[in-house]
Parts: sequence; structure tokens; C-alpha cells
Amino acid sequence: MHSLVRSRLFWISIGAAVVASLLPLWLSAYLLSVLTGAYYFGVFAMSWDLLFGFAGEVNFGPTFLIGLGAYSAAILNNQYHLPIPLCLVAAACTALFGGVLLAVPALRLRGPYFGLVTLVAVLLLQNAIVIFAKFTGGEIGMTVFDVLSIDATTNYYYALGFLVVSAVLLTRIANSAIGLILQASGQDPVEAAVLGFNVTKHKVAAFCISALLSGLAGAMLIFYMGAASVDTVIDISIGVQIIIAAILGGRRTIVGAAIGAVFLIVATEFLRPLGQLNTFVVSAVALAVILLLPDGILGFALRAGTRE
Amino acid sequence: MSSRPVLEVRDLRKRFGGLVAVNGMSFDLHAGEILGLIGPNGSGKSTVMKLIMGVERPSGGTIRLNGEDLAGLPPHRIARAGITIMFQHSRPLHRQTVLENIKLALLPDSLLRLATGPEVDRNARSIAKRVGLGHAIDRRPGTLPFADLRRMELAKVIARDPKVVLIDEPFAGLTLTEIAAFSELIRALGDEGRAVLLVDHSVRSIAALADRVLAMYLGEPIARGNAEEVMSNETVRRVYLGGELQPIGQNSRVTADAPSLLQIEQVRVLYGKAQALDKIGLFVRQGECVSIVGLNGAGKTTLFNTVSGLVPYSGTIRFRDDDLRNKSAGEIARAGVVQCPESRELFGTMSVRENLDLGGHLLPANARARQLEMLFGLFPILASRQSQAARTLSGGEQQMLAIARALMMNPALLILDEPTLGLAPVVIEQLSKALGELRKTTPITLLLGEQNVTFALPHADRVYVLDHGRLTWEGGPAKFAEEMGQGYL
Repeated sequence: MHSLVRSRLFWISIGAAVVASLLPLWLSAYLLSVLTGAYYFGVFAMSWDLLFGFAGEVNFGPTFLIGLGAYSAAILNNQYHLPIPLCLVAAACTALFGGVLLAVPALRLRGPYFGLVTLVAVLLLQNAIVIFAKFTGGEIGMTVFDVLSIDATTNYYYALGFLVVSAVLLTRIANSAIGLILQASGQDPVEAAVLGFNVTKHKVAAFCISALLSGLAGAMLIFYMGAASVDTVIDISIGVQIIIAAILGGRRTIVGAAIGAVFLIVATEFLRPLGQLNTFVVSAVALAVILLLPDGILGFALRAGTRE
Repeated sequence: MSSRPVLEVRDLRKRFGGLVAVNGMSFDLHAGEILGLIGPNGSGKSTVMKLIMGVERPSGGTIRLNGEDLAGLPPHRIARAGITIMFQHSRPLHRQTVLENIKLALLPDSLLRLATGPEVDRNARSIAKRVGLGHAIDRRPGTLPFADLRRMELAKVIARDPKVVLIDEPFAGLTLTEIAAFSELIRALGDEGRAVLLVDHSVRSIAALADRVLAMYLGEPIARGNAEEVMSNETVRRVYLGGELQPIGQNSRVTADAPSLLQIEQVRVLYGKAQALDKIGLFVRQGECVSIVGLNGAGKTTLFNTVSGLVPYSGTIRFRDDDLRNKSAGEIARAGVVQCPESRELFGTMSVRENLDLGGHLLPANARARQLEMLFGLFPILASRQSQAARTLSGGEQQMLAIARALMMNPALLILDEPTLGLAPVVIEQLSKALGELRKTTPITLLLGEQNVTFALPHADRVYVLDHGRLTWEGGPAKFAEEMGQGYL
């Protein structure tokens, strides 16, 4: 039964990737640009699901990690004119370093405190960027000199490739022995410890992977958009959207988080004619899905499939 | 047995705030030996187990495994050293199969091993077969009957290949045939040379299995020996039953024609598939003290929670001619049925006074002041501790506060669930005096659940015996001492 589910998920993912790679044949540059942003967003959501769905920790500050990556890349490119590949490596390292600095003390706390610490971290980063405006561009944001590409299709394939690689990597981890230990740690840390697992070590490792991918995705995103600003990569509301996307898609599914992210971004874009109402409608739909389908879109689809 | 013990526990201590849970426990465990650790609820035996496993940090003492002191290490280090535990309640991975759950216990604590080798799979399958789960390896834990879930937990224990195995209430919730099968599996652990510590509240259930038994009470060891010796030990009988039963010529102040305040008819409660209460019928008259006696697990707490509206049931419960069926727990409490639960449920970080004020929040100010004054007269110690945080009180003081808080609601019927749980004899005596005083000075009606019969009998006008969810006896306290006194434990 389990292998059937896994293969069903596997084939759905392959199918989705093939369709996604063919989309530039039909879609306009504008629609491709919407999807490009959505794919980066999907990586944010998948990284978050590794922490929440598997390690059982609610990270309220995914944008702390994303922002660290995005801003370190932007500063290195803008101030020191480092080439993009170096900036990306540095961004991933900074996010990883910041993530470890945050996670090691925070994961020792019990109950809801981990989540609260991550929430405060976002506010700290946001304030730091405003305070050191000379260096960071402050509230206005900062532009980067280099961009990944000026061609919409090329940008689209960069994002899609990154999404697919991240999805494969994260799914591989989630289905491995470490994924099993992480789930046990998330569900019942005492039981996991009693089986001989260092729960903190495994959770920190999950946080590191999440931080690395989030930081890298944040940096890729700004080299796609050509600018970094607090509103696009750090603001709390971005973090909330990531969380909604991951839950909407389906907890503990990794791929579901990406589906939720694409759904959320594309729906917001399509409802743009509604003006201010569009966020409201999308949020209402998200709320309804979360209340009615607690397993998310993908969780529901997989369960409906196995019940037949 | 003359060889060096695998596990040596010396002078183990644990304090929780003002509560002394474990107070100088020492014992040895040899390879291949099965030791039973028994004690009534609240005696600290589960804490001893958690201290050995590292789930709780000891306040003092040593725990040596083959000579190496493990006290104070985190649980994963202790697990790796060779000790493992089987909890009474476990939360398996529900999205994984039984086989994967067993495999989990076979995995190394490593971040680099993404894939598991074929030997892990083979090993997990053979362990599943050994515990009798061969037929269910591809099922999810959620679809398994309770006994098979316990088998899965045992499989995880075996998978750890431990030197010392700790098992909490090995037979709770199992049927007689399942108990026989489980006993064999546990004995096999001993035959392989592992040391086994069984923790249970009754000697009877582990008597056949344990080589030696250690009884504890109030965090201290009180008797050692084989099961029979411990069972007939005078101190053990006293802590379970509360000492010699004295026939009491209690002058009942309630006449037989007093109106009944609480009426329970044909009440049944199901926990999942298990029958927790079966066809319970009883009544409590106005002003009476009715005692429900029964050992742990007999269903006393379930019965009280049913009356308090916390558990779904079938049958009828009437209070003053009102059917309580569709009333919420809050409405029932406001109507005058107040429970002082076994677990006390104090607000630990709030002060004594705040706990009491919360209990009396529905009373008008002057009535509340009067009630408070009455209670401080009843429990003078609480008056002097008003500003202290509730969790820093000693066990006896916490129990007094819990009763006082319940009384602040000015109940017509007070339900007391095991008020003597884990308390020293001196404190139990104080409590008994306060209860007598309360009955003398107020018109309160009491429903008292107790395992400690000696505490319950002097207060009781009538006694019901509850056993495995059924009422098996009812009558006056004098008759109880005559008829039930001997065969009760």
C-alpha cells in the first residue's frame, strides 16, 4: 500500500515536472514570470515543510533565513561586485550560519518558544536592515547589478530547475532513515530519545537543510527580480504566506508545499482584477481548504486515491 | 546471581518543587533477572523508571550500568549505553507501517546514513515474527488491536538489544490470554540474559513473572523479597489498605428516608472498545458520605468524571431530579456537583490565595469571605501559605488546597477522588480530621473514592465496592470490615 502511494506521488510529480517544462511553448512572458516567482516561493514552502511536517517544529520566521540569503547576496553584488555564483554560495552559507546560530539555542527550549524565537528573529533582521540603511538600502531596498537573465523563458527554466532539484533533495531526505527519525522526534521526542536518538542534533540538521535551501532560494529570487527589499523577502506577511502555502498543499508531503505555493501565487495573480479584494478572496479560500481538508490538497488527493 | 549486578541504583532522589517524589531508592538488578517494582499510585515508581532512563534528571544518587555512572545523562546517551524502556502509552508513527516502526528502533543515531542496509530489514522482520506480529508487518499501527500495539512496542525494545529493560505496567489493558503470551515474551528477555525491571501498582499481576519484588511507598523502599513475602508484609498491607480495618460503630446522622441527591442508573462507559464502566447503579442521599472503594484501575475516576460530565456515557444520572445528560461540565459544577480530582489540577504558578479565589469566583463577595474564613479554620496551614505558589507546596498541602478550592464553590455534593494518594500517614490523619470537622459543621454531601479503606471507612455511611468497572458489593462500613476485610488486596 505504501509503495503504491509513493509511486502515485512519484508519477504525479514527474507528470507535473514534464508539463511545467513544456509550458513556455504556450504561455506568455507575463505568465511565465508569475510562475517563476511562484517556483521560488515553492522552494521556501518545501523547506518549511521539512521543519514543520517532519521535525514537528513551527518556524514562524522562514523569512529570516530567506532574508539573510537574499540580503547577503545583494550586498555582495551591489557593494563588492562579486559575480552571481559566488554570491549564491555566500548567501547559502550565511543563511546556514544564521540558522545554526538561531536554532541551537532555540531548539533547547520547550513548547511554543521555538516558534516565538523565530518570529522575533524576523523582526530583528528587519530592523537591522532599516538601521544600517547606508549599507543595505534600508526601507527602499537595494538593486543588484547582475541578473540571472533578461529572458523570461531562461529565468523560468532556472526557477523550475531549482525547484525540481530542491524537491528531489528534500523528498529523498524525507523518505530516508533520517526522515523517519525526524518524524519520530517531532511526534514524541521522549520516545525518540529513549530509542537512542539525539533529538536536538536531528532537528538542528533539519533546520540547517531548510536554512540552506531557503537562503539559496532567496538569493536566486533577487537575482531574478533585480532588487532586494524588506517587503519582498523579509516581511512577516511573506512568512505567513509561506506557511499557508505549505499547509494548503499538505503537511508532510514536501511536493504538496510547492503545489500550495504555486496555487497561492497564481490565484493571487489571476484575481488581481478584483483589486484589494484579491488577497481577501485567496485568504478565504486558503482558510476554507485548511478547515475542510486538514491534510491539504495533496494529502486529500492521495487519500482519496488509496480509498478506492 | 552472585556475579556483579548489571544495574546498581544507589540513594536515588528526586524533588519536584516542594514534592519529594523519590527519596533514597537503592537496588540492584542482575543479568537475566526479573525484578518487580510495586507501589500504590503516587508512590514514585514511575519516577524511578524515568530517572533511570534519564527522562527526568535525578536530584541525587547514582545509577551505575556495569560500573559506569549514568545519572544525569540525557536519555539518548543512556539508551545507547544499553538501557531501554517500554512506556505504558506510546505514540507510534501512524503514517508508517509496523515494519518501519520496528526499523526505526534499529537505526543508528547518525546524520550520514540516508539508506538502511538489507540487514536492518531482515532483522526487523525476524523481530516482528518473534513477538507474533509476522502477519501484520505491512499494516499501519492505527489499524492494530491494542495487544498488537503493545507487541510492536516490545519489538522496538528487542530491536535495541538492551542490557536492561524497563517496562511500565506490562499487562495494563490486556486480556488473560494476552497476559499469558506477554509473560512468555518478557520471560524470554530474561532468559537471554537481559535484566528486566517491571513496574506495576499491584503485586498480583506480576507475581508469577518476577524473581524478586521491591515495594515502595512515598519514594522509599518498604519491603523486599519474593512476591509472597512482599504480599504478606505488614507494611505493604498497610500502605495499600491503610492498616488494620477497625469495625466502626459510626453514628449515621442520615436517616434512611432522606431524599436522594444523586441517582445513577444503568450507566455504561466505553473507552474505545474497552468497557470502563458496566451497568453502574447507585445513589447518594442528602447529607450522606458514600464511599466507593476499589483498587487502581477499577473505574473510580471514570465514574466520577462521568458524573462531572467529562465522559460520554449511556444510562441516566440525576442530580436533585434534574437529568444531567445534556449539561456541560461547567453547568454541572455550577449546579452544585464539584469534583476534587485525583490529579489535583492546581494552577501551579498561581498563589494559594489565587487558586482559592478562582474557586470562589461565582460567590458574592461577602459569602466568599465567609467561606474563605471557614476553610482557613479547617486548614490553618493554607492561611499561612496564602502568597506561596501552589506548585511549591508539599504533597499534603497541595491536596488540602485542592479540597479547599473545590469547597470554595460551596458545593452541595463534593466528589473526592483518592485524596490520600501519595500522602504520608501523618498527613492522611490531618486530612481525616478535617473531613470529620467539615461534615460536623456543614450540611455537605460527600462521594469519596478511595483505595485506602481505613481512611474511607470512618467517614462512610455506606460503601460500594467497584471492581473492573462493576459494582460488586454494597453495604454499611461495619459489614464491610466483616465481609470484605480479608480478601480485598
